[in-house]
This record gives sequence, C-alpha cells and structure tokens, in this order.
Amino acid sequence: MRNPFRSEAEAFSFVIVAALVFLVVALVGAAFGGWWALAAFLVLAVGVGVWMRSEPKVREPAVWSHRPHERRRILVIANETVAGEALRSEIVQRAEDGAEVLVVCPALNSPWRHWASDEDHARDEAHGRLEASLSALAAAGVQARGEIGDADPLQAIEDCCRTFDPDELIISTHPPGRSNWLERGFIEVVRAAYDLPIAHVVVDLEAEAALRAG
Amino acid sequence: MAVDAHAAHPPVANKSSRVDARLLGIYIFIASEVMLFGSFFTAYFFARVVVGPKEYATWPPEPFELPVYLALLNTIILMTSSFTMHWALQSIKRNNRAGLIAGLLLTFLLGSTFLLIQAREYTRLGFSPSDLAFGSTFYGLTGLHGMHVFIGLNLLAYALIRAVRGHYGPAPHDHLGVEIPGIYWHFVDVMWIVVYTTVYVV
Repeated sequence: MRNPFRSEAEAFSFVIVAALVFLVVALVGAAFGGWWALAAFLVLAVGVGVWMRSEPKVREPAVWSHRPHERRRILVIANETVAGEALRSEIVQRAEDGAEVLVVCPALNSPWRHWASDEDHARDEAHGRLEASLSALAAAGVQARGEIGDADPLQAIEDCCRTFDPDELIISTHPPGRSNWLERGFIEVVRAAYDLPIAHVVVDLEAEAALRAG
Repeated sequence: MAVDAHAAHPPVANKSSRVDARLLGIYIFIASEVMLFGSFFTAYFFARVVVGPKEYATWPPEPFELPVYLALLNTIILMTSSFTMHWALQSIKRNNRAGLIAGLLLTFLLGSTFLLIQAREYTRLGFSPSDLAFGSTFYGLTGLHGMHVFIGLNLLAYALIRAVRGHYGPAPHDHLGVEIPGIYWHFVDVMWIVVYTTVYVV
C-alpha cells in the first residue's frame, strides 16, 4: 500500500489530490446539497483508497554500469527455495566453467516487523537456508559465496549489482500460485530494470520432498 | 563457509529499504494526528447532523455567519505554501541552497500570514467558543488546525536557520531535517483543505 506521506514529494502530490477531491465535493455540495457532497466524498475516497492500495508496477532501474569480467559472475536470488534441488542443478550447470557465484537470500519479513525494523528473526531464518544451500553447492563442487539481502528482493538485487556487478542473474521462485514474487510480477520488473541475461528457476519444494520420501 | 552474518554478534543492519527511525517517528505522529483530527471532526458532524435537525436545517445555524471568501483566501495562501515548501526541497536536492532558503522563507511567511488572517477572523466573527455546539466545534476544529500551523512554523523556522547555516546537502540523509517538516507541513495543508470544505463550504 502506498503511504501518501512517505516522502515530502509524495505528501505534496497528496495535497494536490486532496485539493481536487474536496473541490469536487464542494462543487457537488454547492449544486445539490450536503448529502450529495457526502456521497461524492465517499465515491472519491474509495477511488483514492483503490489507488493507494495499488503498488507501482515498475520502479526506476538502478543507476549502475556493467562491465564484463574475466571470470563470469552469477548472482542468484532465492529465498525459501534457496536449498531446492532444481536451483542447485541450475547453478552447477551454469557455473561449470568456474564462474564466480554469489547467492543472495533476501531476509523476508512481515510488514509489522519490517516497520519496526525488527529483522533479526528474518535474517536468522535466511541465514539457515543460505548455509544449507552453500553446503550443498560446495558438495557439488561449486565454490559460492552467500549473503543475506534486503527484505525487498529488488532492493537486494540492486545492492548486489553495486558491489558484485554480475554478468547474469538467476532468480528462483516457488511455482505459480504459491509464489508471492510471481504474484507481484517480480520477474517482469527485474527484466525491465536490468539489461542482463536472467534465468528464472521454478523450485517445487513439496514435489522435491515427496520425491525424496518416496 | 562464507556466511558470517550472525556469528557472535547482532547482524549488520541492512538499511537500504528499512524505514529510517526519524521518518517512522513522523509517520506514527501523523497517524496519531489523523486520529486527533478525526475526533474533532466526529464532534463537529455530531453537532451538525444529530443534534436538533430543525434548528440546524441551515448551516451554519442562525444567526452565525462564516467569512467563506476570507477563508478561501487563507486556503489559497496555505496551498501556495505547499508549493513553496516543495520548491525548497527540490532546490536542495539540486544543491541549490539559495532556492532552499527562499522556499523555506516564503513558506514561513505564507504560514504566518495564514495565522494572522485566522486571528483577525476570530476577532470579527461575533461569536465565541461558548456559543452553542456550533461555536465550540468551529473554534475547536479551526483552533486545533491553527495550533498545528503554529507548530509547523516553529519547525520551518528551525529548518530555515539550519539552512542559512548551511547544514543541508543534496544527499537524502543530508536534508532529512527539511524533508520531515515538509511532510508535516503538507499534512497540515491537507487537514485545512478538509476543514475548509466541511466547515466553511458544504
């Protein structure tokens, strides 16, 4: 949900929106009376509410200039699926030529904890998953580094692009229907923001667990 | 193992998308202000809608009269102050210190003019807060708002002094001292738009 007072610029836009809304309410009130003004206000308030609930689809791409490296650099973004078999196979296959691999696990947090800047629990969980993933990659012969990223996966990518400067991206998600990232159009947003080869790996943890069990 | 984020100490805070504590403070403050204004609006609408529909068939009830056009002038002044505030912020983002000072000074002067006009209006209204529920709610709402403008002017004065002393820069964390009063000022402006429309116009 948009916060109309997130920054001074957004608060200023909200002043303009409020002025327009109440201008319409005042005109309706002057023409038809107070109850019609109330009705107009309610309709417009619902409209503003719907607008505030909608998230901006594409945000500005990071200011970042990419240079190719001697040793290819692969940035992997995955959260709960970071220890998935499908992702591990994809990384092993792509890093066959000795590419440098950085696995980033965004510390996904609940909105309330995020607002309270209480991210220790989220980072602990992300840390556990990341360790398991790095161990599995090491066992498969891939020397990868790991980092816990920002709770916002797009921000996590942006942070890593500044420090790691990857040549390609691998994004791992749950299957459609179970993935919040896919629901939010995360892959499309990243593709729009970054001029890099981007591989999307779908990891079905339940199917992998069932396969192992049975 | 390359992961050492949580060895024997708290993790290094990744602050890139976290809410700055000072911004979080103003968000919580504004949320509480919305509730405060909400309670005053509730009292106002209660007086207007529920109490004595016959006596309140016209609004404001006889013999009260409100200076709608003077308040409209005040609305325009306050709206303009939002533009100058925005200009001030945009100026410092472009490292234009003179623009920042001019914007803050103009915003301060416009806000002061608003308060002076409101004080003048109070002296000529011809009714007091003790005159029926209408008088109480009218002065309650507009007085509460006026108090917020006064607080905003104090914040602007503080930001203006710091701007003159060269305390602000174009980087986001270098002008948070203007950003936060700016957010507050726009909130006060939005509240006035609501007060003006509901009390003076509709």
